Order: sequence, then C-alpha cells, then structure tokens
Amino acid sequence: MQAIALILLDSGSSRLLSLSTVDLVIIALYFVAVLGIGFYLKRYTKTGEDFFLAGREMTAWVAGLSFLAANLGSLELIGWAAASYQYGILATHWYWIGAIPAMLFLGLVMIPFYYISKTHSVPGYLKLRFGEPARALSAITFGLMTILMSGINMYSMALIMKVILGWDINVSIWISSITVALYVFLGGLLSAIFNEVLQFVLIWLGALLIAILGLIEAGGWSGVKERIAHNTLNNLTGATGASYTHLWSTLGSFSDNPMGIHWIGIVFGLGWVISFGYWTTDFLVVQRVIAAKDLRSARMAPIIGAAFKMMVPLIVILPGLLGLALLPDKLVGESQAVATGAHSYNEVLPLMLARYCGPGLLGLGITALIAGFMSGMAGNISAFATVWTYDIYRPLIRKTASDAHYVSMGRWCTLFGALVSIGTAYLVMHFLSIMDYVQALFSFFIAPLFGTVLLGMLWKRATPWGGFWGLLAGTVSSIAMWAWVKLDPTALRYVALSPQAKDMAENMYRGLWSWLICVAVTVMVSMVTAPKPVSELSGLVYGCTTLPVEDQVDLWRRPGFWACVVAVVFVLLNIIFW
Amino acid sequence: MHRLDMISIWFFIGALLLIYGVLILGAGLYELAAPPTHPVVLANLHAGVWWGALLIVLGGFYTIWFRPKREP
Repeated sequence: MQAIALILLDSGSSRLLSLSTVDLVIIALYFVAVLGIGFYLKRYTKTGEDFFLAGREMTAWVAGLSFLAANLGSLELIGWAAASYQYGILATHWYWIGAIPAMLFLGLVMIPFYYISKTHSVPGYLKLRFGEPARALSAITFGLMTILMSGINMYSMALIMKVILGWDINVSIWISSITVALYVFLGGLLSAIFNEVLQFVLIWLGALLIAILGLIEAGGWSGVKERIAHNTLNNLTGATGASYTHLWSTLGSFSDNPMGIHWIGIVFGLGWVISFGYWTTDFLVVQRVIAAKDLRSARMAPIIGAAFKMMVPLIVILPGLLGLALLPDKLVGESQAVATGAHSYNEVLPLMLARYCGPGLLGLGITALIAGFMSGMAGNISAFATVWTYDIYRPLIRKTASDAHYVSMGRWCTLFGALVSIGTAYLVMHFLSIMDYVQALFSFFIAPLFGTVLLGMLWKRATPWGGFWGLLAGTVSSIAMWAWVKLDPTALRYVALSPQAKDMAENMYRGLWSWLICVAVTVMVSMVTAPKPVSELSGLVYGCTTLPVEDQVDLWRRPGFWACVVAVVFVLLNIIFW
Repeated sequence: MHRLDMISIWFFIGALLLIYGVLILGAGLYELAAPPTHPVVLANLHAGVWWGALLIVLGGFYTIWFRPKREP
C-alpha cells in the first residue's frame, strides 16, 4: 500500500530499460497466450456455476496457486522489493507471520463452512448466517473497495511501465485492462484461474534468476550480510548491519530497527487482525478456494498457497536485499529522487533486472511484472462480477431471472468493472490525494468483516441482528477514527497509541480497534436478540455442522498433516533468520 | 478438472515455456557468438543459455505430459 503511494509520486523519471526485439516478442506472445486461453475456455462457461465458480472443478494445486497469484500483483513485487531495500529483511514479516498462520487457519477452520454451505461468495455466507442486511452491507462495501483498488493498481502499473520502459500511460492502461476484461468476459472465473496459474509460473521464472545470480555475485547469504553491514555503516537512522538481516532480534525497541516498529505491532496488528482479515474474508482470494472440486481440495488449496507464500521472499525480498548489498549507487526516497535525479527505492527490482538480464531474459522479467498486474486485476474483476451479480443485482434488483440471464449480467459486469477501474485510474491521475482515501477503504471494511465472519462461524449464539450491527459498528467506527485523525492529527496518540505512528501502524491499530468494536457489539446485540434455531445453522456454524472425518484417508493426503509441515517450516524459518 | 475434453492448463504453460525457452536460448547463443559492447553483470555465466535450456526442458516436459489426448 505504502509502495503504491510512493510510486505515484514519481512520474518524471526517464526510462530505465530498453527492450530488444526478442523481448517484445516474448511480451507479445504472453498477451496472445492469455487471450487464447480466454477464447478457448468460453465454450466451457455456460452456466452460472461455470462462470462464477469455475464449475467448482479446480484441483487443489490449481486453486492453491490461483489463490496465491490473485494476491501477487506487480506492485507487490516492485513495492516489497523496494521495502526490503529500505527496511531490510523485516519486510518478510508481511509474507510469513502476516500470511502463513491466517492461510492455515482458513484451510483448517473456515473453509469447511464456506464450502459446505455452497455459498457463491463471502457476502453470500453472511446472507445464510445473518440474513439480507448483513449481506447487502458487506457486498456493497466489497464491490466499492474492489473496483477502486483495481483502478489504483491499474494506474500504478501504467506509471511503472512509463518509468521503466517509457511506455505511454494511456496505452498501458487500456491495453492491459482490456486484455484482462476480455479474457474474464469470455471464460469467467475459469479463465481467470487458468491464467493466474500461468501468470504464477511466469512470475517465478521471470524473477527467480535475479536471486540466483545475485547470490552468486555476492558470495552467498553470508556475503550478502557482510556487504549490507558495510553499506549501512553510515546510515542516518541508526539502524545498521544486523538489523537489516534479522527478523525478530531487533524488534524489542522501536529505535533498534529500520522500520521503527515493535514486535507487538507485528504480532497482534499484522499477524492477527490485518492478516486474518485479508486472507480469510477478502472474497478476492477466498473465491479461488471455494472453486475447488471437493472439500479436501478446498482445504488443501490455502495450505499449498501457504507453502509457496513462504518462498515468495526469494523473488521479492531477496532481490531488494541484494540491491542493498550490490548496487553501486545508493537508492533514495521518491521526493529525493525527483529532486536529485537519483534512482528511487521503487526502482530496485528493475535495476536488478537490468543488471543481470540480457535480451530475452529481460523480456521474461518484464512479462513477470505484467503477469503480476494482470493476475491481481483479474482477481478484482472476477470477484466484483460475482458479488455484483449474486449479492447485489439478484437479491436487490432482479430476484427472478434465468441462470443464463445472470451469466450474461456477470459477463457484462466484467467489462463494466474494467471501465470503472479505468475511470478510477484517470481520476487518480488527476487527483492524487484520492490515494489516501482508497488505501483507508481497505482497513475500513476488512477488519470488522473478519470479526463478523469469525463469530458467525464459531459462535452459534450470534444472532442476525448481532451480525449486522456488529459489522456496521465496526465499519463506522473505523471510518470515524480515520476522520478523527484527519481532522485532529493529535488524535493519533489515542488511535495508534503513539503520536509518532506512521500510516502503516495507524492502519493496524485502527483495524484492531474496529475488530474489537465489531466483536463487542455483535456479542452485546446477540445477547438481547433472538438467535436462529440450531436447525438453520447446519453447515454454517461450528458445533452445528457435521464435518467429514478423515480417519480412512492416508496421512499424507490429509490437509491437517500438510498444515503441520508448513507450520514447522514456518517456525524454523523464523528461528533461522531470527 | 473432470471435463475430459478440456485441455489441461499445464499444457498451455508448457507450450509457452517451450517457445520462451527457444527464444531465450537463441538470444543467449547469439550473445555468445557476438558478445555485446556493454555486457550485463556476470555475462560470463551466460544465464540466457542455461535459463533458456531450463525453460525448454520444463516446457517440453509439460507439453508432452499434458498434451491433449485423442479419443480411442
């Protein structure tokens, strides 16, 4: 998020890279491939189940890789590589503690309820559990957030292409978004998922070479640490050497690490509310999992995703650290880069690409960035089409229509969503301050939604009105806290517990408060309103649902076993890089 | 996927990687034969050659393994 804002500030740099003919052929072939897949899959998307849920036929691997790819946008690659150059290995927390526990929790605890209830969406689950008001509130806020985020990402991507390659912003916006809209229009979620798996492979093959060659040049991990220690000796922040290459040992004090953060914020703010809220209730990612062919595949998908998520720092964080260790010129913040003409943090990944990649490889690297953008945008567009059609249009506008009508609505909605995203992109181009508002949207809606869904699944006493008022109170309180700090910056000491808190810390604390308020209001209202009969909670709530037992399944096929394996590796990695 | 007539996604991935491998290997071999004036860092490792070869092997394997089967 922060990286997007930083990228937006930089629009005046000259291009970093020049592409050869073979690079352009590689990029063009990529566009041909994704469109070809869309045209090919159109014949398989005839019903609503096909278009919106890919026929619920995805294997665990396909659903798992798609689940991860929908989150792996190009801004993720560029932004977090920049963050690791700036803050060191601490950026890895967003990939490990900020993702792995939540993904395992999704697979083991929450997926059975999403899947058994046969819901089409997260708002759809709220309808089944809490009724129409909770669904409508959740669907409208999700639709708004998704489409705006898509536009922001689109503009940021176009700006990156301008900075790196000198491409015209308008051309980048229109070509990339029309391509995505077209293949989702044709093949729906099936096409989005197929292309996300392709994009996932390309992202890895395009970015992994930087890590391999960088480690060779630096003389391995020990060489990287030595060079970073040397290069950060005169760092003005006071954070030097080990603080850039250790995950936890410098988090005992705000002043001992380059991020200025405390372990409590990382564990409870990032590791709990923000991470669990995003990975377990954001329909953008959950949609990929509920498209799995059976419950076991649906439970395995986030666990497979978690295993790969643990490795993503290899292609995102390590290149940033290698840049810090190896690049001859020191990179600077955006404002300083604009003033001095130096390279900014956001250029570390393209600079590393240019450092090692000749013709052909450079095309593959740029294709990886474009693939990242498209996978993220396709995720937004397909999730928006589903929520609009099933959770807004059908219940609120046209309740009785044929399945073919809703499929048609979903198809046109993908084009409409893409056009609104393009409109948002142009709006951002002219009013950069919109960024502040849109970034805040994410924290407004996700944290309270997590409280509502969690209580809905685990506490059978939660009532329909409890769910609705809890969600509304959490959302409104989050917006109120944000507005309070905007109007009176000294309020930061109450909201974020520190007057020095940065945006990221403020978002974490605001998310934590709004989650607590949502939970408290849900509990209080539930205690004074009538609950649903237990018979209506079957398949929706823990304790009222018969979950399939896996006694007869081989150990190595059980999601619980693989979740334990991932959890052990997760703990070991944190100890190794402590 | 249980729709038997549907081509596997891994076939598409394999085919694209195979083509990419040929292009990147070709570009790497050309650079080997005619070194550029301003080579990239570690150009002596000829990354384009072995990365292209790796893509050909990976792509070839997936293309063959997941190729569309004809009905008997």
